[in-house]
Amino acid sequence: MDINTFYGLITLVLMIIFVAIVFWAYSSKRKESFDEAARLPLEENREHSGHDRREDKGHE
Amino acid sequence: MDSAIKYNENVVRQFALMTVVWGVVGMAVGVLIAAQLIWPALNFDVPWLSYGRLRPLHTNAVIFAFGGSALFATSYWVVQRTCHTPLFLPRLASFTFWGWQTVIVLAAITLPLGITQSKEYAELEWPIAVLIAVVWISYAIVFFGTIVKRNVKHIYVANWFYGAFIITIAVLHIVNNLAIPVSLTKSYPVYAGAVDAMVQWWYGHNAVGFFLTAGFLGMMYYFIPKQANRPIYSYRLSIVHFWALISTYMWAGPHHLHYTALPEWAQSLGMVFSLILLAPSWGGMINGIMTLSGAWHKLRTDPILKFLIVSLSFYGMATFEGPMMSIKTVNALSHYTDWTIGHVHAGALGWVAFITFGAIYALIPKLYGREVMHSVKAIELHFWIATIGVVLYIAAMWIAGVMQGLMWRAVNPDGTLTYTFIESLVATYPYYMVRLLGGILFLIGMLIMAWNVWMTTRPVKAGETVTAAQEA
Repeated sequence: MDINTFYGLITLVLMIIFVAIVFWAYSSKRKESFDEAARLPLEENREHSGHDRREDKGHE
Repeated sequence: MDSAIKYNENVVRQFALMTVVWGVVGMAVGVLIAAQLIWPALNFDVPWLSYGRLRPLHTNAVIFAFGGSALFATSYWVVQRTCHTPLFLPRLASFTFWGWQTVIVLAAITLPLGITQSKEYAELEWPIAVLIAVVWISYAIVFFGTIVKRNVKHIYVANWFYGAFIITIAVLHIVNNLAIPVSLTKSYPVYAGAVDAMVQWWYGHNAVGFFLTAGFLGMMYYFIPKQANRPIYSYRLSIVHFWALISTYMWAGPHHLHYTALPEWAQSLGMVFSLILLAPSWGGMINGIMTLSGAWHKLRTDPILKFLIVSLSFYGMATFEGPMMSIKTVNALSHYTDWTIGHVHAGALGWVAFITFGAIYALIPKLYGREVMHSVKAIELHFWIATIGVVLYIAAMWIAGVMQGLMWRAVNPDGTLTYTFIESLVATYPYYMVRLLGGILFLIGMLIMAWNVWMTTRPVKAGETVTAAQEA
């Protein structure tokens, strides 16, 4: 195989992988699981953050 | 459940305090060498204080001592809290603290003595490089061990960024430091010529990409949601951000070697990947800033959040500027000028230092059982002084850099150079003065922080808590 064909194929494969990652990340099946993960920094020390959260609701 | 977990906070405290100490030291050396560029006599004719030896001391101190300690402190804090488990092998974690501080002290001794490998950002000679490798592998064991024994299902995205930073720095450091020692203080790299240059800048740019970017993005993905008390704007975007960023940064290094002996195709490859980098960089910036969407009012009252969000603005500026400067025709103007120095400091002061200040201000009260820092007003003051300092610094270097580039390339109709080098230097002096002023302001901000941290870590007296509560 010509080396330039190889370069072209590698580029194509990498593009497909990237698009696949985007589809994986944005599929609606993952939403719940990601929402859960996104709350991880906020869930430690509930007793400390409780006050802030209440204050937050007033502005939203 | 989590309140029962006894997190290891000792090593976090140690690293957090040393972040502040090394910040003062590293920035003070920076101010000294900025002054030396205006008044060369400030080296006092002492070889140990000469610019060429102090400049690597400055870069090592701010990147690896200040930035490194901040990364250790925050990553150890974040990985425990988001995995709901204490650190794996706490004694090894303690070793990473003492080992890392030893590296810094050895750097502070050897660099002024002129003991160096002469590789930018990898100056430290082989015995110290070996110690760095040992400390770093220990760090990886502690960090990934903690992730393995986590009590939650997910590995939070901040840990992905910290993890990528730890693995990549291990690989970069070991490959770039492969050398043959000829004595305790001298070694020769195993690479030669253009290959040596390429390995060095593969290392150098990924030190920027992973040490100064991915690691601090880990900080961003934890401390911004935490401080704003709302989850990250888009967790999905953070995943695309992660994979796009780490797979692109790896190839951008050759842009440091435009118009050199490096093969043309490698230069073009580096340029193209640098341009692509704009997309993941801005994706991450937008993700961080939009976390405040619907809660912008918090920026008015919370100076910690100001530091964190403004750091992302500087990150956005620097990651727009970087790809632009990697375009060969732009680089023909900017390379070897002070524009590069301006670009680096937009990233280092505006992004890295600002997000560090925000994170450390958020951590210190928690580590010392206080509600808030001793003085919230002092954080606000630090924020404004530092912001003015950065803006003066980078604006001065932009103007100086473009001016130098234009003067160096100007030719008369007969083909001779219009300006001598010394003329461009004389023309730069006013901008060096502005840069020095910006640096001094930034250092003053750092000293305010040191005072504030000192006051917060002191045992609480009855009167002081009242003051802090009132200010908040």
